[in-house]
Amino acid sequence: MTEKLSMRIAYGQALADYGEINPDVVVLDADVSASTQTHYFAARFPDRFFNVGVAEAGMVDVAVGFALGGKIPFANTFASLISLRAAEQVRTCVAYARTNVKLAAAYSGLSDSKDGPTHHSVFDLAVMRAMPNITVVVVADATEARKLVPAVAEYDGPVYLRLSRAEVPVIFDDDHVVKIGQGVTLREGKDVTLIGTGIMVGRCLEAGNLFADEGIQARVLELHTLKPLDEALIVQAAEETGAIVTAEEHTIIGGLGGAVAEVLSTRCPVPIMRVGIPDTFTESGPYEPLLDRYGMGVTDIVTAARQAIACKSRGILRDCGQA
Amino acid sequence: MGYHSEQLVCELSTNAQQFRIQVLDMVFNAQSGHLGGSFSAAEILTCLYFHHLRIDPSRPDWPERDRFILSKGHAAPLLYVVLAHRGFFPVAELATFRQLDSRLQGHPDRLKTPGVEMTAGFLGHGISIGVGVALAARLNGMDYRTYVLLGDGEIQAGVIWEGAMEAAKYRLSNLTAILDYNDVQLDGPVREIMPIAPVIDKWRAFNWAVMEINGHNVRQVLEALDGAMDVHDRPTVIVAHTTKGKGVSFMENQSRWHGRAPNDEEYAQALAELKGAM
Repeated sequence: MTEKLSMRIAYGQALADYGEINPDVVVLDADVSASTQTHYFAARFPDRFFNVGVAEAGMVDVAVGFALGGKIPFANTFASLISLRAAEQVRTCVAYARTNVKLAAAYSGLSDSKDGPTHHSVFDLAVMRAMPNITVVVVADATEARKLVPAVAEYDGPVYLRLSRAEVPVIFDDDHVVKIGQGVTLREGKDVTLIGTGIMVGRCLEAGNLFADEGIQARVLELHTLKPLDEALIVQAAEETGAIVTAEEHTIIGGLGGAVAEVLSTRCPVPIMRVGIPDTFTESGPYEPLLDRYGMGVTDIVTAARQAIACKSRGILRDCGQA
Repeated sequence: MGYHSEQLVCELSTNAQQFRIQVLDMVFNAQSGHLGGSFSAAEILTCLYFHHLRIDPSRPDWPERDRFILSKGHAAPLLYVVLAHRGFFPVAELATFRQLDSRLQGHPDRLKTPGVEMTAGFLGHGISIGVGVALAARLNGMDYRTYVLLGDGEIQAGVIWEGAMEAAKYRLSNLTAILDYNDVQLDGPVREIMPIAPVIDKWRAFNWAVMEINGHNVRQVLEALDGAMDVHDRPTVIVAHTTKGKGVSFMENQSRWHGRAPNDEEYAQALAELKGAM
């Protein structure tokens, strides 16, 4: 059994630790610091922590003001509130005005599982990815959360950082190198490529292991950055394996699957199967069974991969037109 | 009789009226733009940029500069005229307003126009952004001040009051808001569309210091801007009573002149009235 660690605690502690190194970092929260774990930062740097209450739109605009004043603001609340309630603030004042605001989107996907569909965030990636100037980063585990805090802070420009409430399997060790915009090859393979983002990366690895037992070599990629997308890595995988599966804790509309399909439809059309939430609202429930219920089980990845491989072998969509 | 010289008051009043004429030209040329809310704020912006603000047009990014955030972004024509005449960019460029390849977008774009502190357009952002800018000044130990110009229809937006609470919580005496209270919004009189009165009591209840002036009286504008600097424990809002479309008889207090361009005859008459009053 893989070790599990809380992603949100890793994020909260990393933010507080980084606050020591970088005095320009300020942290904002909208009355959910006990949830987002920004209380670690608040305890150590009370003068650089600003709780604006239940006022998410206002919080994003205050963060914009901090950025204009030369600070590096991390604005924290639930992913759905940042991407929906404050979406116009993000569009106009962060994206269009290109202010150096870091949007830390807690409780993404189904991770606040029992609170139900209002608290689930299942189309935030579609919203954020559509906005010019926004860099979209999805965290896969606690290690990556720790490593991404400095990377995001030191990245020049607005970033949407997607975080989970859950305790999630640890995938990466301390040697893991995170470079925004660069995908990671976790497992080599030639028969099919499983591309995961966020907590689905672990499930892609599990699926890859299952395939290995039956002699199918599945390549596994992690794309923590959905924008800008590591197109070269995706195209290379399509060319070399000829079949693609995407897996995300998000609707299959407009997120990772959409991004990969957009690239491959023009550069290397191969069969693509998208694993994620079908076009539906979700429900309350315990986290992992909920993921399975809404189409994000390891078996869903396996089934999708078999379909992609079958399409490939039937000769549908061959020849990438590459020299 | 106040402490500002009659000559200064006269000069600024004349400038403001000249800027109205330039705004009229811009909107007429573009056949698009917002006259009513630009005319109502002409004295306010003139006093800020030609007397009150600590700025250096040759260094738009000067860290010590005062910050002015135009929250009612549709008054962009006025802001552009004032910035150009203050020397942030060539006056000739005003003719490019709302045209392709222009640095002068329909609403302010901080990345395109020298001197524009913040992008604006949709309403409601200015106070919270001003709070962030003012807090950054405090953290950085800098004494620049932050000014935000609000429309009266704009304060119907709930997010304005989020900002009002934030500014009061942090006792941002380095933040001054100016309310362009012309009592007319796009669809009609503010008092009919969605009443904001009693506006003085609202801001007081949010723990702001409140001043009330005639926003076309240059001496009152100057004294209020100075007076806000003497408030040391809370943010200040200057409620400036103004007239939408000020200076052109057929535009005054008319919501149809919120965002409409004049035709040839209207332009000629408006120009004659504005010039005649100088």
